[in-house]
Amino acid sequence: MWDYTDQVKDHFLNPRNVGELKGANAIGETGSLNCGDALRLYLKVNKNERIMDASFMTFGCASAVASSSALTEIIKGMTLDEAAKITNDDISDYLGGLPKAKMHCSVMGQSALKKAIANFRGVQILSKPGQLVCECFEVTDLEIIDAVKANGLETTEDVTNYLKAGGGCGQCLDRIEEVLESVKAKG
Amino acid sequence: MKIVYTDNNATTKVADEVIEEMLPYFGELYGNPSSMHTFGDQVGKKVKEARQRVADFINADPDEIVFTSCGTESDNAAINAALLAFPEKKHIITSNVEHPAINNLYQHLKKTKGYEVTFIPVDKKGLLDLDLLYKSMSDNTAIVSLMWANNETGVLFPIEEIAKKVNEKGILFHTDAVQAMGKIPIDVKKTNVDMLSFSGHKIHAPKGIGVLYVKKGFKFSPFLIGGHQEKGRRGGTENTVSIIGFGKACELAGKNLPIMNTRVRELRDYLQTQLLEKIPGSSVNGDLEQRLPNTLYIGFDAVEGESILLMLDREGICASSGSACTSGSLDPSHVLMAMKVPFKSAHGSIRFSLSHYNTKEEMDIIITTLVPVIQKLRDMSPFWKDGKMV
Repeated sequence: MWDYTDQVKDHFLNPRNVGELKGANAIGETGSLNCGDALRLYLKVNKNERIMDASFMTFGCASAVASSSALTEIIKGMTLDEAAKITNDDISDYLGGLPKAKMHCSVMGQSALKKAIANFRGVQILSKPGQLVCECFEVTDLEIIDAVKANGLETTEDVTNYLKAGGGCGQCLDRIEEVLESVKAKG
Repeated sequence: MKIVYTDNNATTKVADEVIEEMLPYFGELYGNPSSMHTFGDQVGKKVKEARQRVADFINADPDEIVFTSCGTESDNAAINAALLAFPEKKHIITSNVEHPAINNLYQHLKKTKGYEVTFIPVDKKGLLDLDLLYKSMSDNTAIVSLMWANNETGVLFPIEEIAKKVNEKGILFHTDAVQAMGKIPIDVKKTNVDMLSFSGHKIHAPKGIGVLYVKKGFKFSPFLIGGHQEKGRRGGTENTVSIIGFGKACELAGKNLPIMNTRVRELRDYLQTQLLEKIPGSSVNGDLEQRLPNTLYIGFDAVEGESILLMLDREGICASSGSACTSGSLDPSHVLMAMKVPFKSAHGSIRFSLSHYNTKEEMDIIITTLVPVIQKLRDMSPFWKDGKMV
């Protein structure tokens, strides 16, 4: 069984802020049924861009549910500018840490939040820059480079744990290795 | 908390009778079965009795039984021996739903030894494409190896029929019978298998003991090279205690076989019917007929397996999942993917595998626990609304 912290277990078994949010004026969605986890984040934002309320609906494992629950607790009361600075590490830290192979659950939270903020501000999130590496989970080379640099990832397995890239059919694992090497080469 | 154990395809409870049989050999009867003295020889006699019991269970000759450390070792030893017997043949045939115990060996042989491996696909029900299997056999084929029963779905391959066809072609045939053993009758005299693997801990013996049946006449090369034990077919001092336990477990499994097909099957069918009826958006993975009597692999739309398992675990219910999130990989099980089970239910597939120790009360506990668990997770799921998938 996964080595979950008590906080993860608590947020999984007693998730906060579950369900559709009436009067929500920002929604961010990430993941899909095929991926095995998906999160829909609802925000109620006032005219001063303060998050008055937040809720979620999540399909996924215990750490996906816990990450979603934690995210809503973290951002309630924040301004959108403050919320925009929340990273996946903040979500993971709030839960006392996540198993390495589950870090993508916190990344999913961060991603849904970004999308919800963009949704509120009427900003279209353009199609992802960079070249598609993992077709199963739609991950680009630039995303891999960012994740490698930000989190000090060293192996393709690390990349899969963080971004899911390579965790599907596995055909892109060699390509991920190349991207990894290129980052390492550049120091 | 009362434990409801329905994960018997993972491992089983060691039977009380098996423990009783083994206990003296943990303690005062510690002799080496190969020793000349009476003290050791009494253990040797007990090991001989165990070998006879194991052989009787599958209608083999005691000399055809090679004790190993586990099912994985049996599988590895079988493939290794086949390839050594026919060094000029570089082709292996298997299925695409085999257990990692053997599947990863094929990947290794492909990568490092240049073997060509044909993975015969299964259909939506998990049944093998037999035509393709027979067409794939050639003079270059060293061995055909197929699991008898699938560990996840419980789906049975028609091993007797396949073994006959493979045998007619003069090709070696091995079956991984780890899951089938003790659940369906197996008679090696009626089946043209050259080698057959099974494992103690799936039939109420301890972990760490396996068997490879090797048909008389096959020139078997050992996988573990060492002493004269197992007639030179597997070096290393015998795991006497576990062998003795394995023998007893086989004797019990023979007696319990009819119960598997009656009472256990009825319990499984009851659980299946009730869950399908009480939980909309649920479906059984695998063929309903060609299936082990103890296994139910059921998928629930729009929810994820690990979440289900952890909630069941809180109520003391032990089951398994084909979900990505329980295994460390990110795709659902390779078995469900091979069967092209849709993602909507693949991620939320739970395997209940019963034994003769299970009761109807336990099935009712599972049913009354699982219904609200699925509901709770669906209330949270963005893919479920007003009683259906969205």
